Amino acid sequence: MKGGRRIQQLLLHVVLLAGAVATLIPLVWMVSASLMPTGQANTYPPRFFPTRVTFEHYAELFTRLSLGRYLFNSTVVAVSATLCSLLFNSMAGYALAKLQFRGRGPVYRVLLAGLVVPAQVTMLPLFLLLRAMGLVNTYAGAIVPAMATIFGIFLIRQYALSIPDDLLDAARLDGASEFRVYWSVVLPAMRPVLATLAIFTFLSTWNDFLWPLVVLSNDVRYTLPVALANLVGEHVQDTELMMAGSVLTVLPVVVLFILLQRHYVEGIMAGSAKG
Amino acid sequence: MSAERASRAGWLFLAPALTLIGVFFFLPVGASLVLSLTNFDIYAVADPRNAQLVGLRNYRELVAAPLFWTALKNTFYFVLVGAPLTVLVALGAALLVNAKLVRLKGFFRTAYFAPYVTTIVAIAIVWRYLYHPRYGLVNAVLATVGIGPIDWLGDARWAMPAIILLVVWRNFGYNMLIFVAGLQRIPTQLYEAAELDGAGWWARFRHITLPQLAPTFLFVGIITAIGFFQLFAEPYVMTQGGPLKSTLSMVLYMYEEGFRWWRLGSAAAIAFVLFVVILAFTLLQLKIQREEP
Repeated sequence: MKGGRRIQQLLLHVVLLAGAVATLIPLVWMVSASLMPTGQANTYPPRFFPTRVTFEHYAELFTRLSLGRYLFNSTVVAVSATLCSLLFNSMAGYALAKLQFRGRGPVYRVLLAGLVVPAQVTMLPLFLLLRAMGLVNTYAGAIVPAMATIFGIFLIRQYALSIPDDLLDAARLDGASEFRVYWSVVLPAMRPVLATLAIFTFLSTWNDFLWPLVVLSNDVRYTLPVALANLVGEHVQDTELMMAGSVLTVLPVVVLFILLQRHYVEGIMAGSAKG
Repeated sequence: MSAERASRAGWLFLAPALTLIGVFFFLPVGASLVLSLTNFDIYAVADPRNAQLVGLRNYRELVAAPLFWTALKNTFYFVLVGAPLTVLVALGAALLVNAKLVRLKGFFRTAYFAPYVTTIVAIAIVWRYLYHPRYGLVNAVLATVGIGPIDWLGDARWAMPAIILLVVWRNFGYNMLIFVAGLQRIPTQLYEAAELDGAGWWARFRHITLPQLAPTFLFVGIITAIGFFQLFAEPYVMTQGGPLKSTLSMVLYMYEEGFRWWRLGSAAAIAFVLFVVILAFTLLQLKIQREEP
């Protein structure tokens, strides 16, 4: 019996390991190919590791192809969207969870109904609206759809429901204003869910493609995904160069994920609990 | 706290988010419906006064356009094959990762989840090379078992399966996490009681795990299908909708009509059809789930 268990355990790990290798190979190959000398990724039979490691493609991206600018654009867009989303969604989510006021029910139901509308439905008029406001080709235009989101409000609301009312009332008895209660009591109590919302927003704005493609038509403002999709049109033969560009696009989010994965994973698991 | 103070505070806290969502989400949703009833085109982009209401003409023209049906058919192919496949792989991975005997659970969970956080555009470019008929790793692996070579992205029969494989790879980890959360909510007493009754692995899986996971299946199914209906970046980067329009999705079709040809009226109609399809599909899943015993 004991021996059977060990074999079972061994088999289980072999299968899991094979799955992990298969899952990670595309990412490992991306890094490996980005370090190959020009032309080596297009050989037959295909090779997995470079004969000689070179950083020339990374250098070319930053010097000749101004990837630094796109990296900067992506960072500005993702960071400012995240900060706005944290502030606006936490205020609204807290109000919906903890403050009794006339009209709360209808607001809640309208937002809930909005959840079923896919973002693509808004894009054409949103583009015309932002053009009329002079926000096409600006960072502001790129972050507008992410500044306050129904998903974010509900994520916060769900968590804020668990904050004890006594905690808030105690602060009010001490004479704190409503904003003070929110800022000094509610926000600290919501730290875990704020971390979850932050990483969700950062990843989705960093990775987003369709909206920045629509709203940023001038290459000075391109985010990394838009720049990369544009680059592959001209440099489709330069496999190693394109892989270096892909690594630079993916690396920041993968590093961020590994650093903050606890909050991210818990957020996904908690988000499904009510489902 | 006085009711008046609470009411004022509530609305003040809601105001910024509600204003943003109202102006940049709900207003465009309504405007999109109106837009779909106009002949808004490149002349109207220059001067909106050139647009006129044309009733349901855009919808009638869509129904008569073969390309619309191609996009609809491709999107359904993608959703109906890709979403169940993703859910199955995710369930399998969750059962393995969550098994009692497994060490290093955290490592495997992270490894399987990693593709999900990557940027679609970058990863679609990577897979474009992996699918290269001569230099790509996919065909190199298949050649070892005597299959191929397949011209993945250049053959109208294989392009959509190729995109489905990439999307399954990128997305199963997310659903796996939700399944793991669902598995961990199943009371262990159920399994202990079944084991005392002499139930084997398969019996426990069928009679405990699957029924207990039913709400998780519904959640995962709806979330995955909604996301998959919005397929865009992968065909945009890998195939531009080709070959022979075999990977033209609804959103790609909308993008081309709207932002390439500037036929915004027609593009808005496509967006609304997509919305109705997603809504109907979601309601259908809810209904099926409710009718099951």
